[in-house]
Amino acid sequence: MSDVTVHADEHVHHPFLQHQFEDLGQQHEASTLGMWVFLATEILFFGGVLMAYWIYRTIYPEAWALAGEQQNTLAGGINTLVLITSSLTMALAVRTAQLGSRRATLVFLFATMLFGATFLGIKAYEYNAHWHEGLFPGSHFTWHENPELAPKVQLFMVFYWGMTGLHALHMVIGVGLLLWIISRAWRDHFGPEYYSPVEVMGLYWHFVDIVWIFLFPFLYLIPHFGVLHG
Amino acid sequence: MTSVTYHDVQFLEPAKTRNYLNVDYGALSWLLTKDHKRIGILYMVSISAMFILGGFFAMMMRLELLTPEGDLLTSGTYNKFFTLHGIIMIFFFLIPSIPAVLGNFILPIQLGAKDLAFPRINLLSWYLYMIGAFTGLLVVIIGGVDTGWTFYTPFSTQYSNTHVIGTTFGAFIVGFSSILTGLNFIVTIHRMRAPGLTWYRLPLFVWAMYATSLVQLLATPILAITLVMLMIERFIHVGIFDPALGGDPLLFQHMFWFYSHPAVYIMILPAMGVASEVVAAFTRKKIFGYTFVAYSSLAIAFLGFLVWVHHMFVAGISVYSAMIFSFLSYFVAVPSAIKVFNWTATLYKGSVSWQTPMLYILGFIGLFTMGGVTGLFLAALGLDVHVTDTYFVVAHFHYIMVGGAVMGYFAGLHYWWPKITGRMYPEWWARLGALLVFVGFNLTFFPQFILGYLGMPRRYHAYAPEFQVLNVMSTAGASILAVGYMLPLVYLLWSLRFGRKAGTNPWGAVGLEWTTSSPPPKDNFHETPVVTWEAYDYPAMLKAMGETQNV
Amino acid sequence: MADIHEAPHDVTPLPTYFFVFIALAAGTLLTWYASTINLGWANTPIALFIATTKAVLVILFFMHVIHSTRLTWVVIIASFVWLGMLFVLTFADYLTRFWAID
Repeated sequence: MSDVTVHADEHVHHPFLQHQFEDLGQQHEASTLGMWVFLATEILFFGGVLMAYWIYRTIYPEAWALAGEQQNTLAGGINTLVLITSSLTMALAVRTAQLGSRRATLVFLFATMLFGATFLGIKAYEYNAHWHEGLFPGSHFTWHENPELAPKVQLFMVFYWGMTGLHALHMVIGVGLLLWIISRAWRDHFGPEYYSPVEVMGLYWHFVDIVWIFLFPFLYLIPHFGVLHG
Repeated sequence: MTSVTYHDVQFLEPAKTRNYLNVDYGALSWLLTKDHKRIGILYMVSISAMFILGGFFAMMMRLELLTPEGDLLTSGTYNKFFTLHGIIMIFFFLIPSIPAVLGNFILPIQLGAKDLAFPRINLLSWYLYMIGAFTGLLVVIIGGVDTGWTFYTPFSTQYSNTHVIGTTFGAFIVGFSSILTGLNFIVTIHRMRAPGLTWYRLPLFVWAMYATSLVQLLATPILAITLVMLMIERFIHVGIFDPALGGDPLLFQHMFWFYSHPAVYIMILPAMGVASEVVAAFTRKKIFGYTFVAYSSLAIAFLGFLVWVHHMFVAGISVYSAMIFSFLSYFVAVPSAIKVFNWTATLYKGSVSWQTPMLYILGFIGLFTMGGVTGLFLAALGLDVHVTDTYFVVAHFHYIMVGGAVMGYFAGLHYWWPKITGRMYPEWWARLGALLVFVGFNLTFFPQFILGYLGMPRRYHAYAPEFQVLNVMSTAGASILAVGYMLPLVYLLWSLRFGRKAGTNPWGAVGLEWTTSSPPPKDNFHETPVVTWEAYDYPAMLKAMGETQNV
Repeated sequence: MADIHEAPHDVTPLPTYFFVFIALAAGTLLTWYASTINLGWANTPIALFIATTKAVLVILFFMHVIHSTRLTWVVIIASFVWLGMLFVLTFADYLTRFWAID
């Protein structure tokens, strides 16, 4: 470690090197570790409600199956493919930022945003349909078929709207963040020595994708299985 | 390459030049600061205000409990007071206290860094705290909340007529403050240690803050989602946790306590970190069993996640589950006990000096031990059935949280006061304060062990007449305790103007923070330090100073 | 900490990204198809297995964890371990709540 520089005033600074870091490498490592630590908290946040969902599914398999039949599996499946594609474009954006291609990065970031917006659009369509079917929990909720199961079907809907709503909120935030990263890419901030904001954006985006990768089977496919045992 | 030796810095002049306090003036320079030291001070002011508010509610409760009848407050008001006391003290005082004040200030300096990894997130953390605190304050003003700080359902979601959503929203926001502080600390400790500062050379305060941050990061998100579900249930009238609508109130309790038990370790681990620093400094010795103490912090953080159901023994859970958690709850005492043994062993043949930080820590060690062993009583299923929801539990957790964590906070505050402000506090007044706190504390809470054992339930504004004597003793103790807490408020503020100017290392302690000026410069060090010495290397320091250690 | 002075230079090759994408899309179609067949108790574990595999692919390749530091791995694994502790110990109550005591 004999080459450790010690004099704060003598650095030739990269414009985006923050003063508390010695060099861009340290800054990059800190940023990515910071995002991973944040994602760990998000895993627990979503995991908590997933656990509650799972417990109730275990207790109320019939109600869950009934509620599952209300789900638009095609929309859910298409949305899964949309998000997976957006993850691809996001990963490609990180790659091109790393390689210093401003134009390609912008294209991929825009594409990611577009796919994200498509996801939200399809979700809005689903929500709208469910709303008109009286499936929003609370005073608006209507379920006539099996009155004794109605509260539990409503419970399913609380989790459905709650978990997808939480996910959609994270998507909206993601789209907002993407806009910010796009504005920075537009101003040509990124290159091989400094691309960590794009990478960190990517980590967040992929995480939101992963949450959906689990929500899709949990909310659309698995409810049916509860009453399939012999 | 420059390495700092103690011989060089021991007797440096107090800072006459620019430091972090005078480098910039004006409200905006504080409200928009990215300097971890200023943020620590912002927190210090805010949590002190919340401490006073929480203390007010406690005082009112103790006044009510002077007489067996519920004659001072209605039962509804009393319910609000114990709820607000708990919420404010836990979420707005204890959980931030040492991490956000002392951790923010001291941690980067102990690591030889210029700041935390994410200074803007640090500032955001404080703003989130303030938003949460103002929300809480607003709730207090518009009528309070009466569910208990535990927000048990379905009372909180269906039947309470008080401001549950407002309160839980405030707690939700302040939870993110906690998460972000933890995130910042973890990344800083991993990635920003000075050259030569290996893990086993770190001060034990850093190990403690690391363990605390782990808990903050892994536990708080569960509180967040639980409170979201609570707010949803109350807001749109569904039955996530309401049995009438198919929900399970115990699910709320499981998720709530999954956070809230580890939360108590968020409150105590930092105080244990302070204890290690103070014991080392005021015995002029290495901490005995450094590695054991370091790893015990991690063990506490881990084991603390495996015991939460012991808050639910009588709630209607599976008996088998209760047995498992009773068994697990005994384990978590072991690493804490290891620390107490090691601090005690450090004291043996140490060159002990009795300054205020040491007085607080000696009190801490004794009172924490008492609180800890009474926790073992509670871990025993058979005994817990009798004393749960009585004053025994109240006494147990106050011994740990007040006798432990708060005294640890005061110890750290006094220990690092000269570094933070460049001034010494008045020692004799401070010792008086410590004494009053110790005496007042014991008089307040020891009778509560007896009261609980005799069967007095908690959270009631009235009680059976035979409990009055002990209650009067407890209230008398609380008054003394209040005076003990007011003293530092006065003399610490006094010291800012009139306190003796402190040098770089007024305690003659070992640690990177004692190698830079008091108060430190804006970037903490004039040159990035390179560390070549072991933690608490008092022998080397004393040798450098030409003294021999008294063995 | 000690040796990172420049930004890392691992650039994932394009074909890797495309193969992962194909795998993810295929997994989605597979899980949907498997859900239409009655496989008894196996339906749920299969759906979870496919979802987990997809998640792992995203984590390893899209999120570059395959090149990442050991610390990153620890963070990811720890969060799932903690979630596991929450799940297992909470379910332990629910699954045994009505067991008789002998």
